[in-house]
Amino acid sequence: MTSSAGVAPGVPKAKRSLGHRLADRGMDRMLLLLVPGVLFLGLLFVYPFLYGLQLSFLPSSGDPLGNYKTFFGDSYLRDTIWTTLTLGVPAALFNVLVSVPIAYRMRGRFRFKRTITTLLVVPIALGTVLTADGLIQLVGPSGWLNKLLRDFGLVDQPLILIHNYWGVLFSLIITGFPFAFLLVLSYLSGIDPNLERAASVMGAGWWERFRRITFPLLVPGLAITFCLSFVLAFSVFPSANLVGDPAGSTRVISIAAYHAAFEQFDYSMGSAISMIMGAIMLGIIALVLGWRSTMFRGATGGKG
Amino acid sequence: MTAANVPAPTMDQQRKPRFWRRRGSSFGGLIVWGLVGLFFLFVFALIATVVLDSFATTWFGSWLPDAFTSHWYGDAWAEFNLTDVLFVTAQVAISVVIISALIGVPAAYALARRNFPGKRVITVLFLLPILIPPITYGIPLATVLYKVHLAGSLEGVILANLVPTVPFVVLVMIPFIEQIDPKVEAAARMCGASTLTIFLRILGPLLVPGILAASILVLVRTVGMFELTFLTSGPTSSTIVVVLYSAVFGAGIRAPQEVDAMAVVYTASMLVLLVVALRFVNPTQLVTRVSSD
Amino acid sequence: MRDQRFSELRLDRIGRNFGEQAALSELSLTIRGGEFIALLGPSGCGKSTALNCLAGLLPLSSGSIWLDDKKIDELPPERRGFGMVFQNYALFPHMTVRDNVAFGLRMRKTPKAAMNSRVDEVMRLVRLEDQAKKLPSQLSGGQQQRVAIARAIVYEPPLVLMDEPLSNLDAQLRLAMRTEIRHLHQSLQLTTIYVTHDQEESLSMADRLVVLRDGVVQQIGTPDEVYDHPTNRYVAGFMGYRNMLSFDVESVVAGRAALAGEGVRLSGRTFGTVNTKRAIAAIRPEDFVVDGPPPNRIEVSVEVAEYHGREMLVEARMPNGDAIYFRTEKRLAPGDKATVSVPPERVLIYAADEPAAPQEGAV
Repeated sequence: MTSSAGVAPGVPKAKRSLGHRLADRGMDRMLLLLVPGVLFLGLLFVYPFLYGLQLSFLPSSGDPLGNYKTFFGDSYLRDTIWTTLTLGVPAALFNVLVSVPIAYRMRGRFRFKRTITTLLVVPIALGTVLTADGLIQLVGPSGWLNKLLRDFGLVDQPLILIHNYWGVLFSLIITGFPFAFLLVLSYLSGIDPNLERAASVMGAGWWERFRRITFPLLVPGLAITFCLSFVLAFSVFPSANLVGDPAGSTRVISIAAYHAAFEQFDYSMGSAISMIMGAIMLGIIALVLGWRSTMFRGATGGKG
Repeated sequence: MTAANVPAPTMDQQRKPRFWRRRGSSFGGLIVWGLVGLFFLFVFALIATVVLDSFATTWFGSWLPDAFTSHWYGDAWAEFNLTDVLFVTAQVAISVVIISALIGVPAAYALARRNFPGKRVITVLFLLPILIPPITYGIPLATVLYKVHLAGSLEGVILANLVPTVPFVVLVMIPFIEQIDPKVEAAARMCGASTLTIFLRILGPLLVPGILAASILVLVRTVGMFELTFLTSGPTSSTIVVVLYSAVFGAGIRAPQEVDAMAVVYTASMLVLLVVALRFVNPTQLVTRVSSD
Repeated sequence: MRDQRFSELRLDRIGRNFGEQAALSELSLTIRGGEFIALLGPSGCGKSTALNCLAGLLPLSSGSIWLDDKKIDELPPERRGFGMVFQNYALFPHMTVRDNVAFGLRMRKTPKAAMNSRVDEVMRLVRLEDQAKKLPSQLSGGQQQRVAIARAIVYEPPLVLMDEPLSNLDAQLRLAMRTEIRHLHQSLQLTTIYVTHDQEESLSMADRLVVLRDGVVQQIGTPDEVYDHPTNRYVAGFMGYRNMLSFDVESVVAGRAALAGEGVRLSGRTFGTVNTKRAIAAIRPEDFVVDGPPPNRIEVSVEVAEYHGREMLVEARMPNGDAIYFRTEKRLAPGDKATVSVPPERVLIYAADEPAAPQEGAV
């Protein structure tokens, strides 16, 4: 067998080109398709983050930790953490926990499921600004809610539910509940129904089934839903301004960051507060996920 | 209608969709439906009160406005330059849709078809802007945009809004691409198709539903996106939701009915978009920013 | 359509590595135009790798491919002009049957009239004229497979590659399609390379077989050659020599060997050098005769007897406890004692340290 340009006999393998070796590891020209996206995110997401991080260590006072010291030293600033937590944690907890029994009832096929799911999307799509605007009127002193309560004699004076903590909480629940509910519903639907059938055949009533089968399998999903809901609630901004008390009881951390960056033009401080905000969210998420993993080692079974 | 002492549900239960479940206590069911009903009632009342107020001559403390008028709409239109604002909103939304598709679809293709070292890192990179709330990365982003004098302009707003939408497109498209058997592309190659032909004649038509779904979702989310636009927009580059916010927040020299009129315009636009969107996607996709798996 | 026949396709020591693993090493083969070649082996043996390298879907790590005088291994798949049929059909889901079949012609910018007549002809050949307007999802598995074949052959490629095209079909359909493919090959005379793990399929369809194991060629030959003279124990096991009986070697003289074990003496032909202390006797179940004449008589006791219609497939124990399989028309039952014998020409003896085929030992 003659071969003019073939492999010389005796040489075990041809020298493999760099291109060939890279292709073996999944790297070829197709990866160029990723470049615009990665570049874009690098420039507009990663870089601003890094820039903000380093900027936060460069306050005008010269002390690298100056911003952070100021933040934690000034109670007006420091208290925003607590304020935001008292809004974020209850709102997320409420949204997630109330979703569970409702989703439990609604899982599986049933006639109005699509309608309900569609209707639930409306408050999310409309967003926090519109919700806040509506709340100002609906639960304001002269709105329908107070009128209802007064006409039924339940209260003498109108309840002050806007421009304070309650307004913001309502806003968070209205926009946050559908999100948490849809997530919990999908997690619940992912649990193999045969597991509960097996339990009921063995004699377990609905509470036992829920407590011993469904709920333990749901907890990982609940943890994730809580984390996502919490992140949404913790980052509250427009409603805290519109239907809350931004200078006082609902001065949340995002307002402090915004104020520093765009009203005082202290970009360094604004970045620092953003970093603190991110760090706190990360901390709480780590806590929740850590707690979750201590509860379950090994397979959680029926992600159907 | 519901039976009281029913043993555990049988297999029959799962075959037909039923409105009432023949299960344990119907009292629990009543509570659940009561809560759900209350929620929807509340949301409906929220929207209704805004709508009614926008048509009200005066309304204070009574169930219904004293009289109805539509002149607030004309006033609001002029006062807030709603034509311009809506035009800006459309420009921003449509640009974001197109650019995020152009960047996102090829990236999704590469991620779906290849495993390579560092893929995990890049996947996380694409997940972060969706998981992290916009206000958190928005402030540093806006700071940078101000530094390069892009903030306040239409371009700046578009760039800012692209940050969460490019990854969103990638996330939505990846399952669509994975559904296409790579052997189909190989078969096209064997028949003599060049890469461009494969893209135009094979991949393109098969991906159209996915791209449509992604585009509609991006459209809805961008029109409703407040934080990023708020942080990066200027007076001539604000979308309607930002203008609405400023009107509500800015202390009332304007009549609240005017503001509500604008709110109704916003709501109407959003609901129209939603109706269109729901023809192409199912409601859950609008919401779950992370693929719930 | 210009005639794209070639006279010779030469694979020159082609190899393909994944990382440090050699999925295919040093496959050399010269194929004449019009031949039907089967690549045979279990999963992981490199046959699909070889096919994909030929197609251009995988680059070669070493070696070269020559079509007559043209070196083609650097060409991308769309320029090689071959036809390929995939295991899961890979039909274009959004195109009708007709558009699927016509795709290759469209890529070659065939004028419309010629294209239509060609497509009609091929659709008639695979008996799909009535399904022309349907989408792949509306077709059965067998119909989809015929569309895949039609799509691959419509532009009369110099080489047709088939990657286990029948393995997703049920047994009956597989037999019918096998005949159809053979028929197509006979009428169109398109050179075909056919990958399969089914030895029966390869024997019935191919002009020549290439048996592969772990990327290395074990034997290349006609069905006759491979069936009757497997060069090593691996090929023998793959070709249905289900009995691999291990014995001590008593003597080896001029291609014949005598083996002995507990109460058993066997004589047979040697393959390769048998200079080990022990050897393997490979015997087909159908070559045993119950109550047959000496030499090579073995007393066995029946353990399992499977009914196969005209004959039974029996699993029995030899005196040394090893299992032995044979076919017989006699009706035997578990517990029966029997004596089987086999002619020495049908006993293939291999050295004991040769690697075993994957099915060995499996019931």
